[in-house]
Amino acid sequence: MMDSPEQIKTRIESAVPGAKIDIVLNGSPSQQSSLLIDKEHARQIAQFLRDDAALRLDFCSNVTGMDWLDRVVTKKVIVKKIVEGEEKEAEETQQEKIPGYLEAVYHLYSIEHKHGPIIIRMRTNDRSAEAPLPSLTPIWRSAEFQEREIFDLYGIRFDGHPDLRRILMWDEFKDYPMRKDYRDPDDYEYEPTPHDDVLERAKQHYAPRPQLDGAENITAQP
Amino acid sequence: MSDIDEELRSELQRQGIWVTSMQELYNWGRKNSIWPLQFGLACCAIEMIATAASRYDIARFGGEIFRPSPRQADLMIVAGTVTKKMAPQIVRLYNQMPDPKYVISMGACAISGGPFKQGYNVLKGIDRYIPVDVYIPGCPPRPEALLHAFMELQRKIDEQKLTGAGKAAHLDRTHPSEFPVPAFGAHDLEPAANADVFRPMKIERT
Ligand code: SF4
Repeated sequence: MMDSPEQIKTRIESAVPGAKIDIVLNGSPSQQSSLLIDKEHARQIAQFLRDDAALRLDFCSNVTGMDWLDRVVTKKVIVKKIVEGEEKEAEETQQEKIPGYLEAVYHLYSIEHKHGPIIIRMRTNDRSAEAPLPSLTPIWRSAEFQEREIFDLYGIRFDGHPDLRRILMWDEFKDYPMRKDYRDPDDYEYEPTPHDDVLERAKQHYAPRPQLDGAENITAQP
Repeated sequence: MSDIDEELRSELQRQGIWVTSMQELYNWGRKNSIWPLQFGLACCAIEMIATAASRYDIARFGGEIFRPSPRQADLMIVAGTVTKKMAPQIVRLYNQMPDPKYVISMGACAISGGPFKQGYNVLKGIDRYIPVDVYIPGCPPRPEALLHAFMELQRKIDEQKLTGAGKAAHLDRTHPSEFPVPAFGAHDLEPAANADVFRPMKIERT
């Protein structure tokens, strides 16, 4: 049996001094909770996960990018209030602003021990263009193309990547198409069956209807 | 070349005299030996390959010689999804084909972008950059449909005139045989369509 994320967390913390690790819970039936690791120790943590005799996570099967926009979370909190000279507990709704960030998610397996996946995540500080994260390609070679793809489509810059270039789009391209605020170029001039958003955008290309002169309302008199 | 009375012609034929014209002979030769350019772009290419193989056998129509070089080909079968990254290469290949040349746009993708129409990376139809002779709808079109398009093209070649006003494009010096290759821009291909070639239908809706 592989260790639980909590056990792995404590083991990393003792092996890599100073490492900050949070567990991101997954409430779905898969229960695949993941480890959110800090950027500064990411390379050492990855090295530990790969080389530790009990874990031996020697295969990185998948690297995914994610874009989290700024969001506001409404929470109910219990606060102590002084009402008419008496201290009472009251429920209050508070709004918390969480600034947006980009995320890279790695799925790790062990070929040697035939276990996995262990999922690790890293988050950028903000959503700026070329927000940096450390590259884990030096640890898992299979991450090379996938980190390039994330660089191409989300705009995360992986420091320490041996060959960080766009992989799907052309080099002159400036946008990051998988970001949630990306807007694709307007080539909606001919849409035979538009609907929803496409209809809205196609409408800007429609010729206006010819002005009617009222003649179409005249019907034959008996 | 003078027009010959059809009745007289069939009468002569019954007597064992075959009358023809230069144009007919020329087009007959051309239409039965069309050399397609050998390249495929996506899933539609598999159907094109099936069409060329023994079961459907495009050789029955004189189109079996798939050439690996655009300089030896007359027909470009755009079989599949044209990504924006690939589009300049397609135009470049078209430009390198010698006249007379024809284009079949095979499948929903090559016609309009198909299932990937709203993708940021897919060209919404190759007719934005090069003129298309025959369109085949379908996703993918069956080999029979490609054969049908091929026969349509043969019919089209058969009707081309060698002289006079509406003569074939390749004999008309004023007709361009090369088209500008789009450049990779910061957000899209530049230009997004060649206005001399691409004429979208005007849709009137409110
Ligand atoms: S039209 Fe359909 S079958 Fe053809 S390339 Fe596009 S998706 Fe594939």
